[in-house]
Amino acid sequence: MTSALDESDKEKTRSVSVDLNNDASLLIDIPDALCERDKVKFTVHTKTTLSAFQKPEFSVPRQHEDFIWLHDTLVETEDYAGLIIPPAPPKPDFESPREKMHKLGEGEATMTKEEYNKMKQELEAEYLAVFKKTVQVHEIFLQRLSSHAILSKDRNFQIFLEYDQDLSVRRKNAKEMFGGFFKNMVKTADEVIISGIKEVDDFFEQEKTFLLDYYSKIKDSTAKAEKMTRSHKNVADDYIHISATLNTLSADDSTALKKHLDKLSDLFEKLRKVEGRVASDQELKLTELLRYYMRDIQAAKDLLYRRARALADYEHSNKALDKARLKSKDVPQAEEHQQQCLQKFDKLSESGKRELTSFKGRRVVAFRKNLIEMAELEIKHAKNNVTLLQGCIDLLKSN
Amino acid sequence: REASVPQFGREQSGPASLPAEDVSTNSNGPKQDSLFDDDPEDLFAEATEEVSLDSPERDVLLSDGPSPAITPITPPTSVITPRIESLTVPVSLQIEEEEGGDSFDIHIAVSDPEKVGEFSGTFWHLRDKQDSSGTSLSVFKQGEFSVKRRFSDFLGLHSKLASKYLHVGYIVPPAPEKSIVGMTKVKVGKEDQSSNEFVEKRRSALERYLMRTVKHPVLLKDPDVLQFLESSELPRAVSTQALSSAGLLRMVNKAADAVNKMTIKMNESDAWFEEKQQQFENLDIQLRKLHASVESLVCHRKELSVNTALFAKSAAMLGNSEDHTALSRALSQLAEVEEKIDQLHQDQANADFYLFSELLGDYVRLITAVKGVFDHRMKTWQKWQDSQMLLQKKREAEAKLQFTNKPDKLQQAKDEIKELEGKVQQGERDFEQISKTIRKEVSRFEKERVKDFKSVIIKYLESLVQTQQQLIKYWEAFLPEAKAIS
Repeated sequence: MTSALDESDKEKTRSVSVDLNNDASLLIDIPDALCERDKVKFTVHTKTTLSAFQKPEFSVPRQHEDFIWLHDTLVETEDYAGLIIPPAPPKPDFESPREKMHKLGEGEATMTKEEYNKMKQELEAEYLAVFKKTVQVHEIFLQRLSSHAILSKDRNFQIFLEYDQDLSVRRKNAKEMFGGFFKNMVKTADEVIISGIKEVDDFFEQEKTFLLDYYSKIKDSTAKAEKMTRSHKNVADDYIHISATLNTLSADDSTALKKHLDKLSDLFEKLRKVEGRVASDQELKLTELLRYYMRDIQAAKDLLYRRARALADYEHSNKALDKARLKSKDVPQAEEHQQQCLQKFDKLSESGKRELTSFKGRRVVAFRKNLIEMAELEIKHAKNNVTLLQGCIDLLKSN
Repeated sequence: REASVPQFGREQSGPASLPAEDVSTNSNGPKQDSLFDDDPEDLFAEATEEVSLDSPERDVLLSDGPSPAITPITPPTSVITPRIESLTVPVSLQIEEEEGGDSFDIHIAVSDPEKVGEFSGTFWHLRDKQDSSGTSLSVFKQGEFSVKRRFSDFLGLHSKLASKYLHVGYIVPPAPEKSIVGMTKVKVGKEDQSSNEFVEKRRSALERYLMRTVKHPVLLKDPDVLQFLESSELPRAVSTQALSSAGLLRMVNKAADAVNKMTIKMNESDAWFEEKQQQFENLDIQLRKLHASVESLVCHRKELSVNTALFAKSAAMLGNSEDHTALSRALSQLAEVEEKIDQLHQDQANADFYLFSELLGDYVRLITAVKGVFDHRMKTWQKWQDSQMLLQKKREAEAKLQFTNKPDKLQQAKDEIKELEGKVQQGERDFEQISKTIRKEVSRFEKERVKDFKSVIIKYLESLVQTQQQLIKYWEAFLPEAKAIS
């Protein structure tokens, strides 16, 4: 199925990271995507005034794996060791709606045709929501890159945007070249490395403590928010069944209740739509926000790991220099090596400080925007509910 | 008179104790109960303090068996349980009696169990609207009464009414169900949320049961009902134990009835009955379905409440961890809002249950009573037919006897025929009477159903409105906090 996402939709969904895609010199978006069974094909559309590109406007089809390739090559690039690499978008996951669709099929016999259709509608909406989310998260990844002074100039990034052939060949080559060495190193480096390093810089000491703690807390909050959203969806589903049965009761009824039941059935149908919106808005504004920043904090932690390793390297090089001086052997090499390590470490520290500071700012702005929007939406939905309910109450009382 | 919406919050006040259920794990039957109640030195008659498992009163009770006829049993530790807080408030309803123009104001409340073994009972107030000078035209004494009744008393009342009125076509409201599991938990002293909920569920069910019973113009005048509402002492109900032999007998009878129903093929001459029976069948199916959906809603709403509470705690921790001051404060505020909201969901789940779900449950049981009444009509018809067939046979036999020389046998036959003729006439009258009664009953039932549903649904929708309005308040209070992040 194809989905063309209109601008207002995207505006709504994009807000996990604010102030992206504002620089006219490089504008990127994913205007549509195609879903074939398990594979999603994104259309990446670029508009640019930069001379680095061959054309001012162009589109290419990309798969999820291409995004991962791009992310990994950026992580592997030494020059970017001092940057927070935007987190890779997660794989599109249609498991949940697919499973529910399957269950619905099995239970079809137990419900009326109308009920079944409504449930199916709900599931299709859920499917669409997953779809929209995955497009959003892939789009944001690219926009983070395009908004970054250094990363936007990355050659591989440009290839990703521009290369009009299949990228899978390049993907394979990249794997062979790097073998995921750097990535594995980062992955297996656990907190022992960071916490084991004697930190001389207060800023980094604080950041380390903060990020480690915050990560575990935000991970927990993400999981709990997800459960909460799921419960809302369950309530909305119950409203569907209630509405359908009330409808049947109304049809069968020959007393004065007939019209009351009819109104009630109608009410529950409307209520469940609102409840569904509450669930999906909460998901987008809260759960997705938390989830995104959980991944972003992981990326920030990765930066700290790399810096910690650079510090370790520097300390080793110091020891090697001392040894060399003692033996009076290979001293110039050792000195040079030590200098390089120091430079690398200093560069990482300087860049890291910048990155972490702007990260905090970015996070605060995004939280603010989303929390405000969530509160506003909750109020809007609740007011809507009150109107619906009060209307029905008045009708019932007046008869 | 407006009905007040019961508050289902966590406000609880004062101690109360439990009804001791007759259902116990030993088999000593009704006699065991008198160990606690019919004892003239009933320690609990005026007692207001709670008796705990270790209290001296209990030991006295156990060691001095009040009469030698009773085998002293050590009750399971389940019997005495203190400290159930009293919960909700009375619901008042207005009733209008159509015949004779009497209108009643009956206000019945079943309030919380105060003592061991009893629900402190109904308090009701009757005022005759027609004659404001206070002269009563009705059968009740005037004024306020308060009596204490055990759960088994309610069941006993129902049992008596059912045996008197069901078979002649009156729709007798069914009594609340026993729940052995629920009651045992309560008895074992588990003073948790679920046992509190069980007590409230039962109290509410008993109240609704009584209201339905007194709303019935015929039942209201029944001496058993009057006695139930008025007497301070009630003879022990004997056959209400779930596992008693009488109970088993009733179960067997019910099963036998079910089989009989299948084999009665009635020549229905009255289309109204056929139509109505079909309608009630359909209604039964749909109500059960709706009930199941609403039960699912209650369950999911409770889950939502729990998950919201968990999220609130998590958000609070996140807020503590956050190093940006304004964001940290906003996250803590979010946690507070979510905590309030989880309570809101819990309250809504209670409203979902006590208003919507229980209404449906009650009607599912009522429809069963209605179907029972239709069955009785069929049985009455069958009885009439059987008498007719027997009469026919006897007449044939008598005709044969005419040609034999057995004068006393002939006379006997003639006598039997006369008797049977009477029976047949009576059978026909019974059948006509029950048919007439059922028609009236169904009409009244339908009217009640409309009123009942309408009023409860409105109350339920109002509860939903309340919840939404609270939500608006909470989020509107949070919004400036979110905006204050800089």
